[in-house]
Amino acid sequence: MDALLLAEQGLNGLQLGVMLFLMAAGLTLVFGIMDLINLAHGSFYMVGAYLTAALVPVLGNFPLALVAAVLLTALIGLAVEAVALRTLYRRDHLDQVLATFGLILFFNELVKIVFGPVPIFLNPPAALAGTVDLFGLKYPAFRLTILAVGIAVAVFLWLLIAKTRLGMLIRAGATNREMVMALGVDVRLLFGLVFALGCGLAGLAGAMAGPVLAVQVGMGEQILILTFVVIVIGGIGSIRGALVGALLVGIVDTMGRALLPSAFRMVMDAASANAAGAALASMAIYVLMAVVLAIKPKGLFPAA
Amino acid sequence: MTRKLLPLASALALLATPVMAEPLKIGLITTLSGPGAGLGIDIRDGFALALEQKGGKLGGQDTQVFEADDQQKPDVAVGLANRMVERDRVQVVTGIVWSNLALALMPTLAGAQTFFISPNAGPSQLAGAQCNPYFFNAAYQNDQIHEAVGQHVQDKGHKKVYLMAPNYPAGKDALAGFKRFYKGDVAGEVYTQVGQLDYAAELAQLKAAAPDAVYVFYPGGMGINFIKQYEQAGLKGAVPLFGPGFSFDQDILAAVGAAALGVKNSAQWSPDLDNPANKAFVAAFKAKYGRIPSMYAAQGYDSALLIDAAVKGVGGELKDKDKLRAAFKTAKVPSVRGEFTFNNNHYPIHNIYLREVVAGPDGAITNKTVATVFANHADAYAKDCPMK
Repeated sequence: MDALLLAEQGLNGLQLGVMLFLMAAGLTLVFGIMDLINLAHGSFYMVGAYLTAALVPVLGNFPLALVAAVLLTALIGLAVEAVALRTLYRRDHLDQVLATFGLILFFNELVKIVFGPVPIFLNPPAALAGTVDLFGLKYPAFRLTILAVGIAVAVFLWLLIAKTRLGMLIRAGATNREMVMALGVDVRLLFGLVFALGCGLAGLAGAMAGPVLAVQVGMGEQILILTFVVIVIGGIGSIRGALVGALLVGIVDTMGRALLPSAFRMVMDAASANAAGAALASMAIYVLMAVVLAIKPKGLFPAA
Repeated sequence: MTRKLLPLASALALLATPVMAEPLKIGLITTLSGPGAGLGIDIRDGFALALEQKGGKLGGQDTQVFEADDQQKPDVAVGLANRMVERDRVQVVTGIVWSNLALALMPTLAGAQTFFISPNAGPSQLAGAQCNPYFFNAAYQNDQIHEAVGQHVQDKGHKKVYLMAPNYPAGKDALAGFKRFYKGDVAGEVYTQVGQLDYAAELAQLKAAAPDAVYVFYPGGMGINFIKQYEQAGLKGAVPLFGPGFSFDQDILAAVGAAALGVKNSAQWSPDLDNPANKAFVAAFKAKYGRIPSMYAAQGYDSALLIDAAVKGVGGELKDKDKLRAAFKTAKVPSVRGEFTFNNNHYPIHNIYLREVVAGPDGAITNKTVATVFANHADAYAKDCPMK
């Protein structure tokens, strides 16, 4: 394999990682600060993608539709938090899993009623639909955009958490919730904001993934499993962990799919190499997770 | 006097009425929720349209349809089938979309002597050595569709084809079916994870292998992911893409739009197929549901017509299973795909067409028939089936 192809695969890995980071950041934030396992995180991703697809023809402009969809998703998140989740904070994780699994079913049916059962159309904006020439490498322009948006979100979250008062409360909440409450912080408001932020990030991930992937009912569950792998590797509750975990998963998954079949072909015949390569490539990230957990049981960057 | 005669008279009256044939009961088990729901809903709607056109009576018989959602899960489908054969006493079950569900249901239905009319699933197992007297497929045998593209790609003189499919039995069958008729070199044969979202890594490898054509089998959401990413990687204009009809049918075209334009694919049916039955069907379906029918809708419609013809053939007498089977086998179905006959394994022998994805006159993306690849094509497994 030549250097250019390897570079392209590296870029593919980074880009997949960044897309996973957009999902993982919200999930890990909610879990770390609110101690809430939110299986419905994938549903907000789906809602973000559907809202973007629905708003592009109305607003006639992808960036505008994306911003509107992200804000709407955050608002829906705020409402769901107030209606369904607020009473669950004091319950154990199993109750939260049950309730948020119920939310998955609810959102899937709701989307099916509103948009129909057939996947709907969402393409990148015309300006980003083609490829860009990067030193002789033709790379899809929209994938580069995903990369840029992901990096921007990482910087934004770092600024928010490290430099603002809200970020300080978030960090304090993640470290010792009882103490923050005792100091008179309105935890109810803080939790609502954090949950809305998490939902907005999931909506952004959905809006960015929509033009690349199928916008269909149940799309959230497909990516949710990968997202959980990411935050377990990164350390639950840590944004830095989510970033590192997402990039690791993205690169290991991409490289596994790119390199394993050809590596196996050197030692066995093509048919069995294809089968073995495909089987092992699909296991690669779970092997990675097992190795990380064996060495660091709380993930790479445990929150506290 | 009159009083005494009354019971006698009513008894006579009872004897005089002809023996009422039992009502026709059909179990429609299909996928109505989850990511695969679009296909099941189309089958249901196609079936319902035919039933409505027959005035609610298939074969002139009062018809009761028991509809249920299998959630694309084999265990759920088997549970529903058990309930329908034991409690509801259905004589026919149809609706099944997926091959693995069809295989799971077969023992239950055969054991209960209930006919299974598949409107889509056409696994090789039920076509070959494990063919079943209670199974009829009203759609196709899976391999037939892939074989047709293999033949077309061979005819077009492509010499170096790159193959991709999900890593599961239907994916392997797909590529095997393609290679049965394509004789050139294989530039690469790649199996990806079932449900895979991102194909960037595979597309980069594909580009590096520089094939002169690509054949992929990606149903449902995987197909949408792949087609979008194939175009975005700049491959669409560069390397021609081919696939089976179910990777480029109406359910997928609506979601990918122009990215699929120009792709050649194969099926036993197309919305523009020129025969009176099809024209009437497509117009009626559009009028009733406001969308272009998919091949699944056409197959659901055909399944209802098959049941109609068979029940008519036995004059509504559903008890004698051998007679009913013979009626299914020889049924003259005014199918929307044109004429077809059943092979010894109860799979159709029919034409397979080459279609091209085009923008219709109203701008809607759809398929257009461009050629007949195989006339009266039988599947490759019938010879292993012991049925005559």
